[in-house]
Amino acid sequence: MGVKLVNITKIFSDPAHPEKKVHAVNNANIEVADGEFVTFLGPSGCGKTTTLRIISGFENPTEGEVWISGKMVNDQPPNRRDTSMVFQSYAIFPHLSVGQNIGFGLELKERPKKEIKQEVEKIMKVMDLKDLVNRRPDQLSGGQQQRVALARAIINRPGVLLFDEPLSNLDAKLRDQMRLEIRRIQQTFGITSIYVTHDQSEAMTVSDRIVVMNEGNIMQTGTPFEIYSRPANNFVADFIGRVNFFEGTAVLSDKEGIEVRFAGGAVKKIASSSGEIMDGGPVLVTVRPESLRLYHSQERKGFIDGKISKSVYLGPVVEYEIDTGSGKPVLAVTHNPVEEGFFKLGEKVTADFNPVSAHVLA
Amino acid sequence: MILPSVLKYLNRFRSWRELKTASRDPLLLFTIVLILSSLVIFILYPLLSVVITSFKTGPGAPFTLSIFKEVISSAYLRLAFMNSIMMGLLTAVLGSFVGFIFAYALSRTDIPFKKFFHIIAIIPVVSPPFIGALSIIMLFGNNGLITYSLFKIMNYPIYGIRGLLLAQVITFFPIAYITLRGVIDSISPTLEDAALDLGGSRWKVFKKVTLPLTIPGIASAMLVLFIETLADFGNPLILAGSQFPVLSVQAYLQITGMYDLPKGSALAILLLVPSITAYFLQKYWVSRKQYVTITGKPTTSALKSVSPAAKWVLFSVCLFIAGVILLIYITILWGSFAKVWGYDNNLTLAHFKYVYEVGFKAVLDTLTIAGISTPVAGILGMVIAFLVIRKKFPGRYFMEFTSMLSFAVPGTVIGIGYILAFNKPPILLTGTLLILLLNFIFRYIPVGIQSGIAILRQVDPSIEEAAIDLGADSRKTFFKITLPLMVPAFFSGLIFSFVRAMTAISAVIFLVSSRWNLMTVQIMSQTESGRLGAAAAYSVILVVLILLAILLIRSILVFRYGKFGGTMLKI
Ligand SMILES: Nc1ncnc2c1ncn2[C@@H]1O[C@H](COP(=O)(O)OP(=O)(O)O)[C@@H](O)[C@H]1O
Ligand SMILES: [Mg+2]
Repeated sequence: MGVKLVNITKIFSDPAHPEKKVHAVNNANIEVADGEFVTFLGPSGCGKTTTLRIISGFENPTEGEVWISGKMVNDQPPNRRDTSMVFQSYAIFPHLSVGQNIGFGLELKERPKKEIKQEVEKIMKVMDLKDLVNRRPDQLSGGQQQRVALARAIINRPGVLLFDEPLSNLDAKLRDQMRLEIRRIQQTFGITSIYVTHDQSEAMTVSDRIVVMNEGNIMQTGTPFEIYSRPANNFVADFIGRVNFFEGTAVLSDKEGIEVRFAGGAVKKIASSSGEIMDGGPVLVTVRPESLRLYHSQERKGFIDGKISKSVYLGPVVEYEIDTGSGKPVLAVTHNPVEEGFFKLGEKVTADFNPVSAHVLA
Repeated sequence: MILPSVLKYLNRFRSWRELKTASRDPLLLFTIVLILSSLVIFILYPLLSVVITSFKTGPGAPFTLSIFKEVISSAYLRLAFMNSIMMGLLTAVLGSFVGFIFAYALSRTDIPFKKFFHIIAIIPVVSPPFIGALSIIMLFGNNGLITYSLFKIMNYPIYGIRGLLLAQVITFFPIAYITLRGVIDSISPTLEDAALDLGGSRWKVFKKVTLPLTIPGIASAMLVLFIETLADFGNPLILAGSQFPVLSVQAYLQITGMYDLPKGSALAILLLVPSITAYFLQKYWVSRKQYVTITGKPTTSALKSVSPAAKWVLFSVCLFIAGVILLIYITILWGSFAKVWGYDNNLTLAHFKYVYEVGFKAVLDTLTIAGISTPVAGILGMVIAFLVIRKKFPGRYFMEFTSMLSFAVPGTVIGIGYILAFNKPPILLTGTLLILLLNFIFRYIPVGIQSGIAILRQVDPSIEEAAIDLGADSRKTFFKITLPLMVPAFFSGLIFSFVRAMTAISAVIFLVSSRWNLMTVQIMSQTESGRLGAAAAYSVILVVLILLAILLIRSILVFRYGKFGGTMLKI
């Protein structure tokens, strides 16, 4: 079931200070296809929850239209909308057992008791919750509560599943496990899903597409690959993962790409770019740390010269900071240090990158 | 053409938008309108009647200040005003002091008999507020056990400020104890440990850490005690005597003795103004200053912050107060079985037989009225709490404000208001069961609201949103999710208002009739006509009934929720 947001704006006014207005969402246009898994990603306070609550009907947009499955639903209260929400706090009914919690939606529809019981059992099996039917919610672990909340949301077979930072209350290991689980369940049932998170690796793992938001505005919409390696602007490049920005001038652009002359004099032709780039104008080139290759300085003359100013050993990778003597240190990551070897602190190094992995921003 | 633009214009106003949202749910809208209009009719209208009556020499007469001038020019009534204020202040200070000692000793030391002291301090809360007065008469009055039987003193001057102050401190210090116990318990002992650790002496730690943290609680307790004392009617009616007039009794006498409604109303206004002032101070000023010192993990206190000497001083004070309370209750119990109190203290069942034969209807009436009105008030309170906290509609501040108002208004004022407002068509209710029920319902709504609001603030709103999200409408959400979550609050509110309804006197004394009478009114009239034995027997029956009711509610909860059900109640 598709979801479409047309020119959605939400302005909050604080009852205590009516003159202060918060533009929580600004003219947002989002389209989610049937069966798609889309994530709203952005820093805290950027309007993700508000957008989600507008879709579920808990907030009315100040302006704009919400369409679900081809129908405009602005006037439908949340209990009539074909959406189910998994809340950040799980919102498990504390006075009902696990089974009663999960069956709640069916009970509201006044389905026969036997049918409810069967459905609940079935879903509990899928969700790996067997044997917990009669448990009280306060006797569940965080991960189990999370599963109960999810089971309760999908038992109605809603057209759209909504998640508001569902994993933020879990510890790191469970979080990694549950996000795969959520993706698996979503694929099993093929439910259109909208997922809110501020954690970029979570967004990368679960989503078909990601909507990056900042201060109420949509910064970019795209697949995880596009968002990461072809960011539309500074904000996205900086917010998703770590990045090096290199300043330069666009010398010549044609079908194959843009020739950029860097501050140090080097010239590279880079195929991928975003925004209106004018010949002779200033550009920023983004290069991810893992795209930079490091060399001992005597080995090879590089794009950058500098000294290792910091090194962090993480097991599979080593993260370096290179002091180039001008401004911000350059970040680089090397893999498989056992084979590739280490660079010592203070050692002189050079670095270079393959233009394929760089991206030009206007 | 015009209508849409008008509607668009109206959309700019929040209350209009809220009204539109609310009207999408007809049941909700109906409930809101019903509650708002009953609050106006049964709380505001009676109060307004008192105000209007106090400014008119008779019905139809023009507005005038002459009644207030008359009241103020009377030295006796001026004295009544001064006495009331003075009693309020004295009881507030002394009662909070005793309450603080109890709370501090029970929370911060390891003195023996803590449980016993706690129960002793709770007992006055669950008994009629004038038991103290009755017992003091039996101990120190003309045939008093102590004055007459023990010391052979005739006519010991117990009437007046001495006896009254004792009775009111005993009656009202438990409120201060409960308030301050909550405050002190919530102060993490680690704060005191930390201060000790930094090298403070125990006294310094108390003075610089514990006491400052409790000051807002103490201020709040004092204001509540001031309000309660000012409104108290039973104790002064028995103990004040004519030499020491107080406002509540004088207002009552003006109306029932002299049939002077305007003057009675004027006195009621004089009573109302300081109460309301204290109430607003408490609600909007003091309660804002409350500290929250909850720390991450619950900490076990080693109870090191009190020196052994201080501990035993505290213990002795508690022991003394507990002794006085015990004496008061034993006296009542004994008095109910004594043939003629003071002359012939042999045991007899005659007083209970008398109550059974002559006054049993009052017992049944009391149970009926309290039994009907308190659950109604409780449910209404929960609904209002829910609406005020969870729903947006125009008038919700008005709803909260009005329904909480009856906390602040002395019973005497309410009683006078009800007879003024409902003694003529369109609402003619005097002498009926309904007027008593309505009076109780609207008096005890605030109890439910307060506990309801407290619990709703703890319940994550997304729990209710989850139910709505799954397809429940507002009615189903309330009955399937919200109400069950409010059950513990509902029952502890229920107990509180049941106790209050069983023991109320100040308002209902204006409203009882030959058809519907109440035990408290019986106790007063028996005391006034000198039949102390019968009054004591009534009091014993009343306290036993209350204890049975508490036990019943407890066992319902235990039955329904297992052994944790019992702990849901605070009492
Ligand atoms: N009910 C509300 N009233 C006023 N401001 C609100 C309300 N809800 C959210 N906001 C404001 O709107 C902005 C976006 O909030 P939210 O959608 O919760 O952000 P996110 O979920 O991305 O962290 C924030 O500035 C927040 O303070
Ligand atoms: Mg959020």
